[in-house]
Amino acid sequence: MTLPCVPHVRVQAEDFDVAAEIERLAGGRRDVGAVVTFTGRCRDEGGRLAALEIEHYPAMADSQINRVAQEAARRWPLTGLTIIHRFGRIEPGQNIVLVVTASSHRKAAFEAADFLMDYLKSRAPFWKKEHPVQGEPARWVEAKGEDEEALKRW
Amino acid sequence: MKLVYFAWVRERIGKEVETVTLPADVGTVADLLKWLKERGGNYAAALEHPDIIRVAIDHEHVTHETPLPRDGEIALFPPMTGG
Repeated sequence: MTLPCVPHVRVQAEDFDVAAEIERLAGGRRDVGAVVTFTGRCRDEGGRLAALEIEHYPAMADSQINRVAQEAARRWPLTGLTIIHRFGRIEPGQNIVLVVTASSHRKAAFEAADFLMDYLKSRAPFWKKEHPVQGEPARWVEAKGEDEEALKRW
Repeated sequence: MKLVYFAWVRERIGKEVETVTLPADVGTVADLLKWLKERGGNYAAALEHPDIIRVAIDHEHVTHETPLPRDGEIALFPPMTGG
């Protein structure tokens, strides 16, 4: 049994470069047979949304994401794992969150990425506020019951 | 005790952080939510439905039955919508 990989976690206002993050986990390595990336992006909700404003609890965001990452590294044979979550103002078409999982085989990489997104949604202290295009006041996005339900798969 | 608020809990209460001295009979998270709500005004508006409020003690998620520590950072916030 090899040791679990050390997750790379960042919480930042800046955008991220998906290709550079793949390179970080797979560049120069001959043992990585699978890299899965999930990028969560801001959508315009049919033209209605001007921007999202993402608030977070900095100290807790770091510790909760690290905990979920370490759980994934323990459960799946990953060679590398990166999670980046942005905060601040994000417009339609821009990136919000990135999960990259690398493994010798695809199944572990797919499953770990799926697990991580389910857990981030319900454990990581981030809150989205929608700013509509026209006139209407900004409103906080409500949590979905299905997100909590999704955790039961794991 | 340090209290920190996020998202609409922060907006409704009207502050991000405050330090409070709790009465001796406020022993659990549920007691704290009830005590804050009874302050009225903005607190009553923010904590109208205490059941939906999520709480963390020193950056760890806790249930409403959890005993309060003697000191620490208690965060109140709505269900999270990250990811």
